[in-house]
Amino acid sequence: MSAVKEQRHDEWVEALQPHDPRAQAQVTADEVARRSYGKLVAYLSAWARDVAAAEDALSEAFASALADWPVNGCPANPEAWLLTVARRKMIDTLRGRQRHEIATEELKIMAEGLEAAAGEKEIPDRRLALMFACAHPAIDPGIRAPLILQTVLGFDAAMIGSAFLVSPTTMGQRLVRAKSKIRQAGIPFRVPEREELAARLDTVLDAIYAAFAEGWIDAAGSDVARRDLAEEALFLGRFVTELLPREPEALGLLALMLYAESRRPARRNTQGEYVPLAEQDTSLWDSQMIFEAEGFLRRASEIASLGRYQLEAALQSAHVFRCRTGNANWQEVVQLYDVLLGLSASPVIAINRALAIAELDGPEVALEELKKVAEDSRLSEYQPYWAARAELLARTGANSEARDAYEMAIGLERDDAVRRFLRQRQSALSG
Amino acid sequence: MKYMLMDYVSEGGWPQLTRSEQEHWLGAYKAYMQAMSNAGVLKSSGGLHPTSSATTVRVRNDKAQVLDGPYADTKEQLGGFHIIDVPDLDAALSWAARSPTALHGVVEVRPLMDGTMLTRDMSQYMNAK
Repeated sequence: MSAVKEQRHDEWVEALQPHDPRAQAQVTADEVARRSYGKLVAYLSAWARDVAAAEDALSEAFASALADWPVNGCPANPEAWLLTVARRKMIDTLRGRQRHEIATEELKIMAEGLEAAAGEKEIPDRRLALMFACAHPAIDPGIRAPLILQTVLGFDAAMIGSAFLVSPTTMGQRLVRAKSKIRQAGIPFRVPEREELAARLDTVLDAIYAAFAEGWIDAAGSDVARRDLAEEALFLGRFVTELLPREPEALGLLALMLYAESRRPARRNTQGEYVPLAEQDTSLWDSQMIFEAEGFLRRASEIASLGRYQLEAALQSAHVFRCRTGNANWQEVVQLYDVLLGLSASPVIAINRALAIAELDGPEVALEELKKVAEDSRLSEYQPYWAARAELLARTGANSEARDAYEMAIGLERDDAVRRFLRQRQSALSG
Repeated sequence: MKYMLMDYVSEGGWPQLTRSEQEHWLGAYKAYMQAMSNAGVLKSSGGLHPTSSATTVRVRNDKAQVLDGPYADTKEQLGGFHIIDVPDLDAALSWAARSPTALHGVVEVRPLMDGTMLTRDMSQYMNAK
Protein backbone atom coordinates (compact mmCIF):
# COMPACT_ATOMS: atom_id res chain seq x y z
CA MET A 1 0.00 0.00 0.00
CA SER A 2 3.01 2.21 0.53
CA ALA A 3 3.19 3.16 -3.14
CA VAL A 4 -0.17 4.86 -3.02
CA LYS A 5 0.60 6.60 0.26
CA GLU A 6 3.91 7.94 -0.95
CA GLN A 7 2.23 9.54 -3.91
CA ARG A 8 0.04 11.68 -1.71
CA HIS A 9 1.71 14.90 -2.86
CA ASP A 10 -0.54 15.65 -5.75
CA GLU A 11 0.58 19.22 -6.50
CA TRP A 12 2.85 18.01 -9.27
CA VAL A 13 0.04 15.96 -10.75
CA GLU A 14 -2.28 18.94 -10.88
CA ALA A 15 0.38 20.84 -12.76
CA LEU A 16 0.15 18.28 -15.55
CA GLN A 17 -2.34 18.47 -18.41
CA PRO A 18 -5.79 18.37 -16.82
CA HIS A 19 -7.09 16.10 -19.56
CA ASP A 20 -4.29 13.58 -19.42
CA PRO A 21 -6.30 10.47 -18.44
CA ARG A 22 -3.34 8.84 -16.70
CA ALA A 23 -2.73 11.87 -14.53
CA GLN A 24 -6.45 12.13 -13.85
CA ALA A 25 -6.60 8.48 -12.71
CA GLN A 26 -3.58 9.05 -10.48
CA VAL A 27 -5.13 12.14 -8.91
CA THR A 28 -8.40 10.33 -8.25
CA ALA A 29 -6.61 7.28 -6.80
CA ASP A 30 -4.51 9.51 -4.53
CA GLU A 31 -7.58 11.35 -3.35
CA VAL A 32 -9.39 8.13 -2.56
CA ALA A 33 -6.32 6.78 -0.75
CA ARG A 34 -6.11 9.89 1.39
CA ARG A 35 -9.83 10.14 2.03
CA SER A 36 -10.88 6.52 2.39
CA TYR A 37 -7.91 4.16 2.76
CA GLY A 38 -8.67 3.31 6.40
CA LYS A 39 -12.40 3.01 5.74
CA LEU A 40 -11.84 0.60 2.84
CA VAL A 41 -9.36 -1.57 4.76
CA ALA A 42 -11.64 -1.60 7.80
CA TYR A 43 -14.68 -2.59 5.79
CA LEU A 44 -12.88 -5.36 3.89
CA SER A 45 -11.12 -6.62 7.05
CA ALA A 46 -14.33 -6.85 9.03
CA TRP A 47 -16.06 -8.51 6.10
CA ALA A 48 -13.46 -11.31 5.74
CA ARG A 49 -12.11 -11.12 9.31
CA ASP A 50 -8.66 -10.97 7.74
CA VAL A 51 -6.63 -7.73 7.78
CA ALA A 52 -3.70 -8.91 5.67
CA ALA A 53 -5.97 -10.25 2.92
CA ALA A 54 -7.91 -6.98 2.94
CA GLU A 55 -4.74 -4.89 2.57
CA ASP A 56 -3.42 -7.09 -0.24
CA ALA A 57 -6.70 -7.06 -2.13
CA LEU A 58 -7.07 -3.30 -1.79
CA SER A 59 -3.52 -2.77 -2.97
CA GLU A 60 -4.27 -4.89 -6.05
CA ALA A 61 -7.52 -3.02 -6.60
CA PHE A 62 -5.61 0.29 -6.66
CA ALA A 63 -3.21 -1.18 -9.21
CA SER A 64 -6.17 -2.29 -11.36
CA ALA A 65 -7.67 1.17 -11.06
CA LEU A 66 -4.52 2.81 -12.42
CA ALA A 67 -4.70 0.47 -15.42
CA ASP A 68 -8.46 0.67 -15.96
CA TRP A 69 -9.41 4.28 -15.26
CA PRO A 70 -7.20 5.94 -17.92
CA VAL A 71 -8.92 3.71 -20.53
CA ASN A 72 -12.52 3.61 -19.30
CA GLY A 73 -12.64 6.86 -17.39
CA CYS A 74 -12.79 7.41 -13.64
CA PRO A 75 -15.91 5.91 -12.06
CA ALA A 76 -18.46 8.20 -10.44
CA ASN A 77 -17.98 6.39 -7.14
CA PRO A 78 -14.33 5.30 -7.07
CA GLU A 79 -14.61 3.90 -3.51
CA ALA A 80 -17.39 1.51 -4.57
CA TRP A 81 -15.38 0.52 -7.65
CA LEU A 82 -12.31 -0.29 -5.57
CA LEU A 83 -14.37 -2.15 -2.99
CA THR A 84 -16.04 -4.36 -5.57
CA VAL A 85 -12.74 -5.19 -7.28
CA ALA A 86 -11.01 -5.85 -3.94
CA ARG A 87 -13.82 -8.12 -2.79
CA ARG A 88 -13.73 -10.15 -5.99
CA LYS A 89 -10.00 -10.56 -5.55
CA MET A 90 -10.43 -11.74 -1.98
CA ILE A 91 -13.04 -14.30 -2.98
CA ASP A 92 -10.82 -15.51 -5.85
CA THR A 93 -7.89 -15.89 -3.49
CA LEU A 94 -9.98 -17.89 -1.04
CA ARG A 95 -11.38 -20.06 -3.85
CA GLY A 96 -7.87 -20.72 -5.10
CA ARG A 97 -6.75 -21.81 -1.68
CA GLN A 98 -9.71 -24.09 -1.23
CA ARG A 99 -10.19 -25.68 -4.63
CA HIS A 100 -9.89 -29.16 -3.15
CA GLU A 101 -12.66 -28.43 -0.71
CA ILE A 102 -16.36 -28.38 -1.32
CA ALA A 103 -17.55 -24.78 -1.81
CA THR A 104 -17.61 -23.91 1.84
CA GLU A 105 -20.35 -22.16 3.65
CA GLU A 106 -17.97 -19.33 4.49
CA LEU A 107 -17.43 -18.56 0.81
CA LYS A 108 -21.12 -18.71 0.06
CA ILE A 109 -21.89 -16.24 2.82
CA MET A 110 -19.14 -13.94 1.61
CA ALA A 111 -20.39 -14.06 -1.96
CA GLU A 112 -23.89 -13.22 -0.75
CA GLY A 113 -22.45 -10.32 1.23
CA LEU A 114 -20.82 -9.09 -1.96
CA GLU A 115 -24.16 -9.00 -3.77
CA ALA A 116 -25.84 -7.22 -0.90
CA ALA A 117 -23.09 -4.67 -0.44
CA ALA A 118 -22.95 -3.82 -4.13
CA GLY A 119 -26.20 -1.89 -3.68
CA GLU A 120 -24.88 0.29 -0.85
CA LYS A 121 -24.18 3.93 -1.55
CA GLU A 122 -22.17 4.71 1.57
CA ILE A 123 -19.47 2.39 2.80
CA PRO A 124 -20.29 1.61 6.44
CA ASP A 125 -17.50 2.98 8.64
CA ARG A 126 -15.90 0.00 10.41
CA ARG A 127 -12.70 1.79 11.42
CA LEU A 128 -13.55 1.78 15.10
CA ALA A 129 -14.27 -1.95 14.94
CA LEU A 130 -10.89 -2.41 13.23
CA MET A 131 -9.18 -0.43 15.99
CA PHE A 132 -10.80 -2.62 18.63
CA ALA A 133 -9.54 -5.71 16.79
CA CYS A 134 -6.00 -4.26 16.58
CA ALA A 135 -6.00 -3.32 20.28
CA HIS A 136 -7.58 -6.59 21.41
CA PRO A 137 -6.20 -7.92 24.72
CA ALA A 138 -5.05 -11.03 22.80
CA ILE A 139 -2.66 -8.86 20.73
CA ASP A 140 0.79 -8.08 22.14
CA PRO A 141 0.48 -4.58 23.70
CA GLY A 142 3.67 -3.36 22.01
CA ILE A 143 2.34 -3.93 18.49
CA ARG A 144 -1.16 -2.48 18.97
CA ALA A 145 -0.26 1.13 18.16
CA PRO A 146 1.82 0.20 15.07
CA LEU A 147 -0.98 -2.08 13.89
CA ILE A 148 -3.56 0.71 14.14
CA LEU A 149 -1.23 3.13 12.35
CA GLN A 150 -0.77 0.69 9.51
CA THR A 151 -4.31 -0.58 9.06
CA VAL A 152 -6.31 2.56 9.76
CA LEU A 153 -3.88 5.17 8.44
CA GLY A 154 -1.92 3.19 5.87
CA PHE A 155 1.59 3.89 7.27
CA ASP A 156 4.14 1.44 5.90
CA ALA A 157 6.34 -0.72 8.12
CA ALA A 158 9.47 1.35 7.40
CA MET A 159 7.86 4.57 8.57
CA ILE A 160 6.34 2.97 11.66
CA GLY A 161 9.67 1.27 12.39
CA SER A 162 11.58 4.52 12.23
CA ALA A 163 9.04 6.23 14.48
CA PHE A 164 9.22 3.45 17.09
CA LEU A 165 12.99 2.92 16.73
CA VAL A 166 12.66 -0.60 15.38
CA SER A 167 14.20 -1.86 12.15
CA PRO A 168 11.74 -1.93 9.23
CA THR A 169 12.23 -5.69 8.80
CA THR A 170 11.53 -6.40 12.44
CA MET A 171 8.52 -4.10 12.45
CA GLY A 172 7.24 -5.73 9.26
CA GLN A 173 7.55 -9.21 10.75
CA ARG A 174 5.82 -8.19 13.96
CA LEU A 175 2.95 -6.62 12.00
CA VAL A 176 2.55 -9.75 9.87
CA ARG A 177 2.51 -11.93 12.99
CA ALA A 178 -0.13 -9.75 14.64
CA LYS A 179 -2.35 -9.88 11.55
CA SER A 180 -2.06 -13.67 11.41
CA LYS A 181 -3.06 -13.79 15.05
CA ILE A 182 -6.17 -11.72 14.32
CA ARG A 183 -7.17 -14.10 11.53
CA GLN A 184 -6.27 -17.43 13.12
CA ALA A 185 -7.50 -16.69 16.63
CA GLY A 186 -10.81 -15.39 15.32
CA ILE A 187 -10.55 -11.94 16.91
CA PRO A 188 -13.86 -10.19 16.25
CA PHE A 189 -14.24 -6.86 14.44
CA ARG A 190 -16.77 -5.03 16.52
CA VAL A 191 -17.18 -2.33 19.09
CA PRO A 192 -17.62 -4.16 22.41
CA GLU A 193 -20.89 -4.18 24.29
CA ARG A 194 -21.66 -1.45 26.81
CA GLU A 195 -20.54 -3.42 29.90
CA GLU A 196 -17.09 -4.24 28.58
CA LEU A 197 -16.59 -1.11 26.48
CA ALA A 198 -14.76 0.93 29.10
CA ALA A 199 -12.13 -1.75 29.75
CA ARG A 200 -11.65 -2.53 26.06
CA LEU A 201 -11.57 1.14 25.11
CA ASP A 202 -8.60 1.58 27.44
CA THR A 203 -6.39 -0.54 25.20
CA VAL A 204 -7.44 1.47 22.14
CA LEU A 205 -6.73 4.76 23.92
CA ASP A 206 -3.39 3.43 25.19
CA ALA A 207 -2.40 2.57 21.62
CA ILE A 208 -3.33 6.05 20.41
CA TYR A 209 -1.43 7.62 23.29
CA ALA A 210 1.60 5.44 22.56
CA ALA A 211 1.61 6.77 18.99
CA PHE A 212 1.29 10.32 20.27
CA ALA A 213 4.06 9.86 22.83
CA GLU A 214 6.45 8.64 20.12
CA GLY A 215 5.64 11.72 18.07
CA TRP A 216 5.95 14.01 21.09
CA ILE A 217 9.61 13.04 21.60
CA ASP A 218 10.57 15.07 18.55
CA ALA A 219 10.02 18.47 20.11
CA ALA A 220 11.35 20.51 17.22
CA GLY A 221 9.19 18.65 14.73
CA SER A 222 12.15 18.18 12.43
CA ASP A 223 11.66 14.43 12.09
CA VAL A 224 8.77 14.10 9.66
CA ALA A 225 7.79 10.56 10.67
CA ARG A 226 7.50 11.52 14.31
CA ARG A 227 5.72 14.82 13.75
CA ASP A 228 3.17 13.00 11.60
CA LEU A 229 2.71 10.48 14.37
CA ALA A 230 1.57 13.16 16.84
CA GLU A 231 -0.79 14.63 14.24
CA GLU A 232 -2.25 11.27 13.29
CA ALA A 233 -2.70 10.33 16.95
CA LEU A 234 -4.66 13.56 17.40
CA PHE A 235 -6.75 12.62 14.37
CA LEU A 236 -7.49 9.18 15.84
CA GLY A 237 -8.29 10.75 19.20
CA ARG A 238 -10.81 13.07 17.57
CA PHE A 239 -12.21 10.20 15.54
CA VAL A 240 -12.86 8.07 18.63
CA THR A 241 -14.56 10.93 20.48
CA GLU A 242 -16.79 11.58 17.48
CA LEU A 243 -17.96 7.97 17.36
CA LEU A 244 -18.09 7.54 21.15
CA PRO A 245 -18.98 11.04 22.34
CA ARG A 246 -20.03 9.91 25.82
CA GLU A 247 -16.78 8.19 26.79
CA PRO A 248 -15.03 10.46 29.31
CA GLU A 249 -11.62 8.82 28.99
CA ALA A 250 -11.62 9.27 25.22
CA LEU A 251 -12.38 12.97 25.78
CA GLY A 252 -9.71 13.10 28.48
CA LEU A 253 -7.08 11.62 26.19
CA LEU A 254 -7.92 14.06 23.41
CA ALA A 255 -7.67 16.97 25.87
CA LEU A 256 -4.34 15.66 27.17
CA MET A 257 -2.89 15.39 23.67
CA LEU A 258 -4.12 18.87 22.73
CA TYR A 259 -2.58 20.44 25.84
CA ALA A 260 0.73 18.78 25.10
CA GLU A 261 0.67 19.65 21.40
CA SER A 262 -0.24 23.28 22.15
CA ARG A 263 3.19 23.73 23.74
CA ARG A 264 5.19 22.44 20.80
CA PRO A 265 6.20 25.96 19.55
CA ALA A 266 7.59 26.83 23.01
CA ARG A 267 9.53 23.67 23.79
CA ARG A 268 12.67 24.88 22.00
CA ASN A 269 14.02 28.42 21.73
CA THR A 270 15.14 29.97 18.46
CA GLN A 271 18.58 28.38 18.89
CA GLY A 272 16.93 24.98 19.22
CA GLU A 273 17.72 24.76 22.94
CA TYR A 274 15.47 22.89 25.33
CA VAL A 275 13.15 25.12 27.39
CA PRO A 276 11.67 23.58 30.56
CA LEU A 277 7.95 24.09 31.18
CA ALA A 278 8.42 26.69 33.92
CA GLU A 279 10.54 28.86 31.62
CA GLN A 280 8.44 28.56 28.45
CA ASP A 281 7.05 31.68 26.80
CA THR A 282 3.33 31.08 27.28
CA SER A 283 2.47 33.49 24.47
CA LEU A 284 3.91 30.92 22.07
CA TRP A 285 1.42 28.28 23.18
CA ASP A 286 -1.39 27.54 20.75
CA SER A 287 -4.31 29.09 22.63
CA GLN A 288 -6.87 27.67 20.20
CA MET A 289 -5.72 24.14 21.07
CA ILE A 290 -5.77 24.94 24.78
CA PHE A 291 -9.29 26.35 24.46
CA GLU A 292 -10.36 23.19 22.68
CA ALA A 293 -8.68 21.01 25.31
CA GLU A 294 -10.48 22.84 28.12
CA GLY A 295 -13.76 22.19 26.35
CA PHE A 296 -13.15 18.44 25.98
CA LEU A 297 -12.02 18.17 29.58
CA ARG A 298 -15.16 19.96 30.77
CA ARG A 299 -17.34 17.64 28.71
CA ALA A 300 -15.54 14.64 30.23
CA SER A 301 -16.01 15.90 33.78
CA GLU A 302 -19.74 16.33 33.20
CA ILE A 303 -20.05 12.59 32.61
CA ALA A 304 -18.67 12.05 36.11
CA SER A 305 -16.52 8.99 35.79
CA LEU A 306 -12.91 9.67 36.62
CA GLY A 307 -10.01 8.06 34.80
CA ARG A 308 -6.33 8.30 34.11
CA TYR A 309 -6.47 10.42 30.97
CA GLN A 310 -8.89 12.95 32.42
CA LEU A 311 -6.64 13.35 35.46
CA GLU A 312 -3.57 13.80 33.30
CA ALA A 313 -5.43 16.36 31.23
CA ALA A 314 -6.55 18.11 34.42
CA LEU A 315 -2.89 18.28 35.46
CA GLN A 316 -2.01 19.87 32.14
CA SER A 317 -4.83 22.34 32.66
CA ALA A 318 -3.40 23.21 36.09
CA HIS A 319 0.06 23.74 34.54
CA VAL A 320 -1.41 26.03 31.91
CA PHE A 321 -3.20 28.08 34.57
CA ARG A 322 -0.06 28.42 36.72
CA CYS A 323 2.28 29.30 33.89
CA ARG A 324 -0.14 31.83 32.42
CA THR A 325 -1.15 33.56 35.65
CA GLY A 326 1.90 33.05 37.83
CA ASN A 327 -0.39 31.82 40.63
CA ALA A 328 1.19 28.80 42.31
CA ASN A 329 -1.28 25.92 42.44
CA TRP A 330 1.02 23.15 43.64
CA GLN A 331 -1.44 22.02 46.29
CA GLU A 332 -3.97 21.21 43.57
CA VAL A 333 -1.27 19.59 41.41
CA VAL A 334 -0.12 17.29 44.22
CA GLN A 335 -3.72 16.32 44.94
CA LEU A 336 -4.24 15.36 41.31
CA TYR A 337 -1.06 13.26 41.41
CA ASP A 338 -2.32 11.57 44.58
CA VAL A 339 -5.52 10.48 42.85
CA LEU A 340 -3.57 9.36 39.76
CA LEU A 341 -1.19 7.35 41.93
CA GLY A 342 -4.19 5.72 43.55
CA LEU A 343 -5.40 4.61 40.10
CA SER A 344 -2.09 3.16 38.98
CA ALA A 345 1.07 2.82 41.03
CA SER A 346 3.22 4.07 38.19
CA PRO A 347 6.76 5.18 39.11
CA VAL A 348 6.53 7.84 36.40
CA ILE A 349 3.63 9.52 38.19
CA ALA A 350 5.46 9.17 41.52
CA ILE A 351 8.47 11.05 40.10
CA ASN A 352 6.35 13.94 38.85
CA ARG A 353 4.50 14.01 42.14
CA ALA A 354 7.82 14.29 44.00
CA LEU A 355 8.76 17.28 41.83
CA ALA A 356 5.47 18.99 42.66
CA ILE A 357 6.00 18.27 46.37
CA ALA A 358 9.38 20.00 46.14
CA GLU A 359 7.53 23.20 45.24
CA LEU A 360 5.26 22.85 48.27
CA ASP A 361 7.43 21.35 51.01
CA GLY A 362 10.99 21.76 49.75
CA PRO A 363 13.51 19.48 48.03
CA GLU A 364 14.39 17.41 51.15
CA VAL A 365 10.83 16.14 51.53
CA ALA A 366 10.67 15.51 47.79
CA LEU A 367 13.89 13.47 47.87
CA GLU A 368 12.37 11.29 50.61
CA GLU A 369 9.36 10.73 48.34
CA LEU A 370 11.66 9.88 45.46
CA LYS A 371 13.43 7.25 47.59
CA LYS A 372 10.18 5.33 47.82
CA VAL A 373 10.15 4.71 44.06
CA ALA A 374 13.91 4.14 43.74
CA GLU A 375 13.46 0.43 44.47
CA ASP A 376 11.84 -0.10 41.08
CA SER A 377 14.67 -1.59 38.99
CA ARG A 378 13.28 -0.13 35.73
CA LEU A 379 14.18 3.34 37.03
CA SER A 380 17.91 2.76 36.69
CA GLU A 381 17.41 3.28 32.95
CA TYR A 382 14.75 5.97 33.19
CA GLN A 383 16.07 9.43 32.32
CA PRO A 384 13.32 11.48 34.08
CA TYR A 385 14.12 9.76 37.39
CA TRP A 386 17.78 10.81 37.23
CA ALA A 387 16.97 14.31 35.98
CA ALA A 388 14.48 14.77 38.83
CA ARG A 389 16.92 13.41 41.39
CA ALA A 390 19.70 15.66 40.09
CA GLU A 391 17.47 18.73 40.22
CA LEU A 392 16.35 18.03 43.78
CA LEU A 393 19.87 17.22 45.00
CA ALA A 394 21.16 20.43 43.45
CA ARG A 395 18.54 22.39 45.33
CA THR A 396 19.61 20.87 48.68
CA GLY A 397 23.22 21.77 47.89
CA ALA A 398 24.40 18.16 47.59
CA ASN A 399 26.40 19.15 44.53
CA SER A 400 28.62 16.13 44.20
CA GLU A 401 25.68 13.70 44.24
CA ALA A 402 23.74 15.99 41.94
CA ARG A 403 26.62 15.95 39.44
CA ASP A 404 26.57 12.14 39.34
CA ALA A 405 22.80 12.08 38.87
CA TYR A 406 23.05 14.60 35.99
CA GLU A 407 25.72 12.41 34.43
CA MET A 408 23.30 9.45 34.49
CA ALA A 409 20.48 11.57 33.05
CA ILE A 410 22.73 12.84 30.24
CA GLY A 411 23.87 9.32 29.43
CA LEU A 412 20.26 8.10 29.16
CA GLU A 413 18.92 10.99 27.06
CA ARG A 414 18.53 10.62 23.29
CA ASP A 415 17.51 14.19 22.46
CA ASP A 416 20.58 16.36 21.98
CA ALA A 417 18.87 19.61 23.02
CA VAL A 418 17.85 18.08 26.34
CA ARG A 419 21.35 16.67 26.75
CA ARG A 420 22.85 20.13 26.32
CA PHE A 421 20.33 21.58 28.79
CA LEU A 422 21.25 18.99 31.42
CA ARG A 423 24.97 19.58 30.81
CA GLN A 424 24.42 23.32 31.44
CA ARG A 425 22.63 22.59 34.69
CA GLN A 426 25.43 20.27 35.68
CA SER A 427 28.17 22.80 34.98
CA ALA A 428 26.28 25.47 36.94
CA LEU A 429 26.88 23.44 40.11
CA SER A 430 29.70 24.94 42.19
CA GLY A 431 32.33 23.11 44.24
CA MET B 1 -15.04 -21.37 15.09
CA LYS B 2 -13.79 -24.25 17.18
CA TYR B 3 -11.42 -23.60 20.06
CA MET B 4 -9.62 -25.92 22.42
CA LEU B 5 -9.55 -24.75 26.01
CA MET B 6 -6.56 -26.42 27.61
CA ASP B 7 -6.46 -26.73 31.38
CA TYR B 8 -2.98 -26.35 32.81
CA VAL B 9 -2.97 -27.23 36.49
CA SER B 10 -0.50 -28.14 39.16
CA GLU B 11 -0.99 -31.91 39.52
CA GLY B 12 0.65 -31.99 42.91
CA GLY B 13 -2.09 -29.84 44.39
CA TRP B 14 -5.01 -32.24 44.04
CA PRO B 15 -3.95 -34.99 46.53
CA GLN B 16 -3.25 -32.32 49.12
CA LEU B 17 -6.86 -31.14 49.14
CA THR B 18 -9.28 -32.39 51.76
CA ARG B 19 -12.13 -34.59 50.69
CA SER B 20 -14.65 -31.76 50.92
CA GLU B 21 -12.39 -29.41 48.95
CA GLN B 22 -12.09 -32.03 46.21
CA GLU B 23 -15.85 -32.36 46.15
CA HIS B 24 -16.21 -28.61 45.88
CA TRP B 25 -13.94 -28.46 42.79
CA LEU B 26 -15.53 -31.51 41.15
CA GLY B 27 -18.92 -29.86 41.60
CA ALA B 28 -17.61 -26.66 40.05
CA TYR B 29 -16.25 -28.51 36.98
CA LYS B 30 -19.49 -30.45 36.62
CA ALA B 31 -21.56 -27.26 36.66
CA TYR B 32 -19.16 -25.58 34.22
CA MET B 33 -19.43 -28.41 31.71
CA GLN B 34 -23.17 -28.59 32.17
CA ALA B 35 -23.42 -24.87 31.38
CA MET B 36 -21.33 -25.24 28.20
CA SER B 37 -23.39 -28.21 27.19
CA ASN B 38 -26.71 -26.40 27.80
CA ALA B 39 -25.46 -23.42 25.81
CA GLY B 40 -24.82 -25.80 22.93
CA VAL B 41 -21.15 -24.90 22.58
CA LEU B 42 -19.44 -27.96 24.06
CA LYS B 43 -18.25 -30.40 21.40
CA SER B 44 -16.07 -32.67 23.51
CA SER B 45 -14.05 -32.85 26.69
CA GLY B 46 -11.34 -35.01 28.08
CA GLY B 47 -9.27 -35.42 31.21
CA LEU B 48 -5.74 -36.74 31.35
CA HIS B 49 -4.08 -39.01 33.88
CA PRO B 50 -1.13 -37.38 35.68
CA THR B 51 2.15 -36.86 33.83
CA SER B 52 3.64 -39.74 35.85
CA SER B 53 1.73 -41.97 33.43
CA ALA B 54 3.20 -40.23 30.36
CA THR B 55 5.56 -41.76 27.82
CA THR B 56 7.21 -39.90 24.95
CA VAL B 57 8.20 -41.30 21.56
CA ARG B 58 10.58 -39.88 18.96
CA VAL B 59 11.91 -41.46 15.79
CA ARG B 60 15.48 -40.40 15.03
CA ASN B 61 17.64 -41.99 12.34
CA ASP B 62 14.89 -44.57 11.76
CA LYS B 63 15.06 -45.60 15.39
CA ALA B 64 12.21 -45.11 17.81
CA GLN B 65 13.22 -43.66 21.13
CA VAL B 66 10.75 -44.31 23.89
CA LEU B 67 11.18 -42.46 27.15
CA ASP B 68 9.38 -42.50 30.43
CA GLY B 69 7.90 -39.18 31.51
CA PRO B 70 6.22 -36.11 29.97
CA TYR B 71 7.60 -34.04 27.09
CA ALA B 72 8.47 -31.07 29.29
CA ASP B 73 8.78 -30.63 33.02
CA THR B 74 6.70 -27.58 33.77
CA LYS B 75 5.21 -26.06 36.89
CA GLU B 76 1.72 -26.66 35.56
CA GLN B 77 0.74 -29.58 33.39
CA LEU B 78 -1.93 -30.17 30.80
CA GLY B 79 -4.69 -31.92 32.73
CA GLY B 80 -7.65 -31.77 30.42
CA PHE B 81 -9.35 -29.99 27.56
CA HIS B 82 -12.69 -28.85 26.20
CA ILE B 83 -13.47 -28.25 22.57
CA ILE B 84 -16.11 -25.58 22.06
CA ASP B 85 -17.72 -24.09 18.98
CA VAL B 86 -18.37 -20.35 19.34
CA PRO B 87 -18.54 -17.32 16.99
CA ASP B 88 -15.20 -15.70 17.87
CA LEU B 89 -12.27 -15.37 20.27
CA ASP B 90 -14.19 -13.11 22.65
CA ALA B 91 -16.81 -15.79 23.17
CA ALA B 92 -14.09 -18.43 23.68
CA LEU B 93 -12.28 -16.21 26.19
CA SER B 94 -15.43 -15.62 28.18
CA TRP B 95 -15.95 -19.40 28.49
CA ALA B 96 -12.30 -19.81 29.49
CA ALA B 97 -12.75 -17.18 32.20
CA ARG B 98 -15.63 -19.21 33.68
CA SER B 99 -13.51 -22.35 33.97
CA PRO B 100 -12.68 -23.38 37.55
CA THR B 101 -9.15 -23.99 36.23
CA ALA B 102 -8.75 -20.24 35.64
CA LEU B 103 -8.93 -19.80 39.44
CA HIS B 104 -6.10 -22.15 40.37
CA GLY B 105 -4.26 -22.79 37.11
CA VAL B 106 -4.15 -21.42 33.57
CA VAL B 107 -6.47 -21.96 30.61
CA GLU B 108 -4.82 -21.78 27.20
CA VAL B 109 -7.20 -20.95 24.35
CA ARG B 110 -6.23 -22.12 20.87
CA PRO B 111 -8.29 -22.06 17.67
CA LEU B 112 -8.68 -25.42 15.97
CA MET B 113 -8.00 -25.86 12.28
CA ASP B 114 -11.04 -27.29 10.59
CA GLY B 115 -10.98 -28.80 7.11
CA THR B 116 -11.08 -25.43 5.43
CA MET B 117 -8.55 -23.89 7.74
CA LEU B 118 -6.21 -26.82 7.26
CA THR B 119 -6.08 -26.57 3.48
CA ARG B 120 -5.88 -22.79 3.64
CA ASP B 121 -2.97 -22.91 6.05
CA MET B 122 -1.19 -25.73 4.21
CA SER B 123 -1.37 -23.81 0.95
CA GLN B 124 0.18 -20.85 2.71
CA TYR B 125 3.10 -22.95 3.87
CA MET B 126 3.53 -24.35 0.37
CA ASN B 127 3.42 -20.92 -1.23
CA ALA B 128 5.90 -19.60 1.32
CA LYS B 129 8.35 -22.42 0.35
